[in-house]
Amino acid sequence: MRGFLRSTIGQKVIMAATGLIMVGFVILHMIGNLQVFAGPEKINNYAAMLHGPLSEALWGLRAILLVAVVLHVWAAVALTRRKQAARPIGYAKREPQVSTFAARTIRIGGVIILLFVIVHILQFTTLTIDPTYAVGDVYGNLQKAFGNPLWVLVYVVAMIALGFHLYHGLWSSVRTLGVAAPTHHPLKRAAALALAAIVWLGFTLVPVAVFAGLLR
Amino acid sequence: MELRSKIPAGPIEQKWDRHRFEMKLVNPANKRKHTVIVVGSGLAGGAAAATLSELGYQVKCFCFQDSPRRAHSIAAQGGINAAKNYQNDGDSIYRLFYDTVKGGDFRSREANVYRLAQISVNIIDQCVAQGVPFAREYGGLLDNRSFGGAQVSRTFYARGQTGQQLLLGCYQALEKEIAKGGVTMYPRTEMLDLVVVDGRARGIVVRDMVTGKIEAHAADAVILGTGGYSNVFFLSTNAKGSNCTAIWRAHKRGAAFANPCYTQIHPTCIPQSGHHQSKLTLMSESLRNDGRVWVPKDPKDKRPPNEIPQAERDYYLERKYPSFGNLAPRDIASRAAKEACDAGRGVGPGGRGVYLDFADAIKRLGEEKIRERYGNLFEMYERITDENPYKVPMRIYPAPHYTMGGLWVDYNLMSTIPGLHVIGEANFSDHGANRLGASALMQGLADGYFVIPLTIGDYLASTKLPPVTTDLPEFRETVAEVEQRTKKLLSLNGTRTVDSFHRELGQLMWDKCGMARTAEGLQEALRIIPQLREEFWRSVRVPGADANINQALEKAGRVADFFELAELMCIDALHRNESCGGHFREEYQTEDGEAKRNDDEYAYVAAWSYTGDLHAPKLDKEPLTFEYVPLATRSYK
Amino acid sequence: MAGTMNLTLHVWRQPTPSAEGRLVTYQVGDISPDMSFLEMLDVLNERLQEGGEEPIAFDHDCREGICGSCSLMINGVAHGPMKGTATCQLHMRSFKDGDVIYIEPWRARAFPVMKDLCVDRSAFDRIIAAGGYVSVRTGAAQDANALPIPKDAVDDAMDAAQCIGCGACVAACPNGSASLFTAAKITHLGLLPQGQPERYRRALSMVRQMDLEDFGHCTLFGECMEACPKEISIDTITRMNRDFISAGLKVRE
Ligand SMILES: Cc1cc2nc3c(=O)[nH]c(=O)nc-3n(C[C@H](O)[C@H](O)[C@H](O)COP(=O)(O)OP(=O)(O)OC[C@H]3O[C@@H](n4cnc5c(N)ncnc54)[C@H](O)[C@@H]3O)c2cc1C
Ligand code: HEM
Ligand code: HEM
Ligand code: SF4
Ligand code: F3S
Ligand code: FES
Repeated sequence: MRGFLRSTIGQKVIMAATGLIMVGFVILHMIGNLQVFAGPEKINNYAAMLHGPLSEALWGLRAILLVAVVLHVWAAVALTRRKQAARPIGYAKREPQVSTFAARTIRIGGVIILLFVIVHILQFTTLTIDPTYAVGDVYGNLQKAFGNPLWVLVYVVAMIALGFHLYHGLWSSVRTLGVAAPTHHPLKRAAALALAAIVWLGFTLVPVAVFAGLLR
Repeated sequence: MELRSKIPAGPIEQKWDRHRFEMKLVNPANKRKHTVIVVGSGLAGGAAAATLSELGYQVKCFCFQDSPRRAHSIAAQGGINAAKNYQNDGDSIYRLFYDTVKGGDFRSREANVYRLAQISVNIIDQCVAQGVPFAREYGGLLDNRSFGGAQVSRTFYARGQTGQQLLLGCYQALEKEIAKGGVTMYPRTEMLDLVVVDGRARGIVVRDMVTGKIEAHAADAVILGTGGYSNVFFLSTNAKGSNCTAIWRAHKRGAAFANPCYTQIHPTCIPQSGHHQSKLTLMSESLRNDGRVWVPKDPKDKRPPNEIPQAERDYYLERKYPSFGNLAPRDIASRAAKEACDAGRGVGPGGRGVYLDFADAIKRLGEEKIRERYGNLFEMYERITDENPYKVPMRIYPAPHYTMGGLWVDYNLMSTIPGLHVIGEANFSDHGANRLGASALMQGLADGYFVIPLTIGDYLASTKLPPVTTDLPEFRETVAEVEQRTKKLLSLNGTRTVDSFHRELGQLMWDKCGMARTAEGLQEALRIIPQLREEFWRSVRVPGADANINQALEKAGRVADFFELAELMCIDALHRNESCGGHFREEYQTEDGEAKRNDDEYAYVAAWSYTGDLHAPKLDKEPLTFEYVPLATRSYK
Repeated sequence: MAGTMNLTLHVWRQPTPSAEGRLVTYQVGDISPDMSFLEMLDVLNERLQEGGEEPIAFDHDCREGICGSCSLMINGVAHGPMKGTATCQLHMRSFKDGDVIYIEPWRARAFPVMKDLCVDRSAFDRIIAAGGYVSVRTGAAQDANALPIPKDAVDDAMDAAQCIGCGACVAACPNGSASLFTAAKITHLGLLPQGQPERYRRALSMVRQMDLEDFGHCTLFGECMEACPKEISIDTITRMNRDFISAGLKVRE
């Protein structure tokens, strides 16, 4: 097992597995968020349910997520260091041929997501950033936050980063895990594109809609 | 010198079996006390090194490329013969033997060829077990194709990359043994001389091509699997690095050189496109299975090929050799192409080319089938010529390709220097005056996997070999000589580049000692070569230092040896007053232009020894007798 | 002469492994479009030598795209602009008069530069030595047709087995990963029945060796496949990952 964790493929498998756990969470979270469109009661009740009757499950989920994030970031750091060491002298001229923008920005995208998640938790979960947010009033908190264009901008940018991260990550993770079937066009990734687009759209809708005043 | 071929007694089918029984064996515990040097990591050398290590010997293996996987064998395209008779088309060990002796125009040793045919069967088994992905039929069994000079389908192939796949199998076996510690591999290391102690080959002197260091290695026996010398022509289908240095240096240390003038000119190569040309590219002979060779009937006909009507085309191979047609053996097909071009009917730039046309095959089988069979070759052709062979006929022209000549060896593959063994294309043994397609891979692997591992045991078990170290004066002196030669090359500081000399030598050899030779031309070459060689040693310029990679220096050493070998080739060609196989003397031909052998006077192997004077080598003859394949005029009509 | 071109080359020159290297600019003229890229360098080298300068060192041998010696980064693309083509098979008709061409060696920690454009690729040999073979002694084989193998399996194995070991995959990979090379061999042998007994052990030890050689990991950029002269698919990498993961469960150590 230690050998596995030290190997590049082992570390990538950790990334892919934890990445997919996070994908699962993100999709659930997105569906949860979209309930704002059903009005304040719906989403606030949903939050109450999570923090109330389902709180044990919530804590379980948090624990899993925390472990996933830590492992994902650990592997990201280990692999990035390794790859930086693998080419000490770069090329004077270099022309990428087929790699996607998403793939080339996966690391910086990851950093953006990490920063976002920290800020995001301080904002909505611990309510540290702005103590005027109210416990239990998710709907109201969202209104407060996304009334401010700066916050909207932060979220829109972060969601773009997430969308790209998933556009590459969803496709590559099934290959990392060795479960993708061979094809004649291995670089095609329609499913990943669709899923990434759904996640991006599903999340972006909320801040944008709030800002645009569609939810009053 | 007496040439003792050591052919075992008994009926031909039993010779190898009997010999295997009679050979002495090395006690398993003693094997690891023996060190064997293998120079070359091609099919022959690589197979030998791996197998000897499996048997328990300590092996040191050398090659000049950066990895043993890059030996020139990697480039073989078409396939490898074996008498498996999986097609049930009448093949047998005897038929492969017969075809090879006949294909070699009765200038090879029957006993060796029979052994080769016997072993061919084991080679395929071995390679399949290693994971070589030979082509298969839908039923899962091995597929075969036919090849020039044979009327049965006995050629096994892996797309157009048979040599690659065979060599990778061999290389992987070699790496397996390297990992186990049985083989020490010395890549980027070039053998520059042989060390003979008390009349026996006991080591080599090499140059580390990265550090420039010149070093000696001692061993109990030395095996050379260093390939052929077609690059004497400068333009050939061989890899750029292929050279004669190892065998030539061994020759100068006492090993007889057999039949140096037997060179094979391959009929299907891409014609030269300009004077910048650095090498010629082979288009696998297998293309002749489906392609039809033709030229316009009228020399003045300069229309594009597709506009020339059928009636005005001359499918000359089909016309002249109705029973073999486009599958006539190489020497014959090459000469026919030359004839057509000499008559002014050649096509393409300079009129040095003939068409190889797939239009009929595409009509018959569909483009898809042709793509499946030859797709990668067609792509290669298009990459090089910028013409699409699915639409326009290929243009091909003969090019130097293989050298049947090489160091003389006995049945045990030992040269005239005891302890020096020679395998693969580097020896002269199995192909006589002409090699049939798909037989070189077979011979290299037979020598490497199955013959030398046994015969070397016999040598080691039956010879008293006092231990030697590289401190002996013989080693020191040889090292000093090599160092001196290297220094000299670097110090000449002349005006001409090595390549310019090589090109000039190559052109001369192609003109005078190529596809067709005359006494007059050869004499002229023999006059020019020494002058050119002298000029080389006076005015070549080798820039750079000795202490790191110096590709100009590497080339210079090789070309210097080619100059000496070239002279021997011409001497041999001049002395052989007959035409046989790849050696075509214009004076000796039948009325319809076929080679005319002279069995009464020339049914022998010409083995030349170095006398200290390059102009006057000593000739010894090993007579050839044909008990099983009766001497006959080769006919493919 | 009509149809020939003049080019500006920026070529990496480095006299020894430890010396500093730099890009040196050369002008070459009269280059015919029918020349191969290496023949164009030959022309330049002849000129350099005539002037007493050392020729540019570059690895090459077969010049037929099969030995895997040639290894040039041409204008930032491994083996240059033509897909599925090794440097030696690239022809000058892919360029035009006046072009500026950067020529650099493969860059990777595992492939140190030895001189000019020559690099040391022995790491690949060690990866193969770690397990890229079927352990069968000479003479131990059964009849070749005793083991029928479906044509499709052999065809797929052959696709992977075509790897020429050139290292373009490493050179092109932004991570300097040798995944495609290693995966090609694992796939070739893993698809064939002969390779089954050692399949998982092979995956384990080859990947371990690949990591020991300081290659980077695989982010699945796909650049390797695009650069590969044999167009080996990154599906082989999927397969390597699968075998490696299974190996963790199956191989006792
Ligand atoms: C383009 C082409 C296609 C061919 N196709 C076929 C075919 O389809 N079927 C067939 O049967 N035959 C074919 N042949 C012929 C066949 O490939 C060769 O004859 C055969 O591979 C030679 O193998 P070898 O092991 O003797 O030598 P090589 O493979 O040439 O190996 C020579 C080895 O010796 C080493 N070496 C040489 N000199 C030195 C030195 N001085 N110091 C250290 N090391 C040295 C080299 O590094 C190399 O490892 C083809 C040949 C060519 C050129
Ligand atoms: C917390 C901050 C994050 C960081 C720093 C990060 C970083 C990375 C990096 C560097 C990679 C590429 C690894 C490689 O080089 O191959 C990667 C891949 C991936 N990430 Fe993230 N990521 C983060 C968050 C996320 C989140 C939130 C998700 C899911 C919602 C996710 C899903 C994935 C997936 C699926 C992959 C692909 C794994 C593979 O190729 O096998 N990541 N991440
Ligand atoms: C526009 C997009 C998003 C909105 C509007 C949003 C909204 C919220 C809200 C309101 C909460 C607090 C819920 C509560 O505690 O009751 C929350 C928690 C959380 N969000 Fe988001 N979120 C968004 C995007 C994301 C993304 C992209 C991620 C991850 C990559 C994420 C990760 C989390 C996490 C980890 C928590 C804490 C869950 C917990 O443990 O309680 N969010 N989000
Ligand atoms: S996988 Fe392709 S690019 Fe990599 S070494 Fe093999 S042939 Fe070259
Ligand atoms: S480019 Fe590199 S990241 Fe993987 S897919 Fe190829 S090895
Ligand atoms: S020189 Fe052999 S592949 Fe390019």
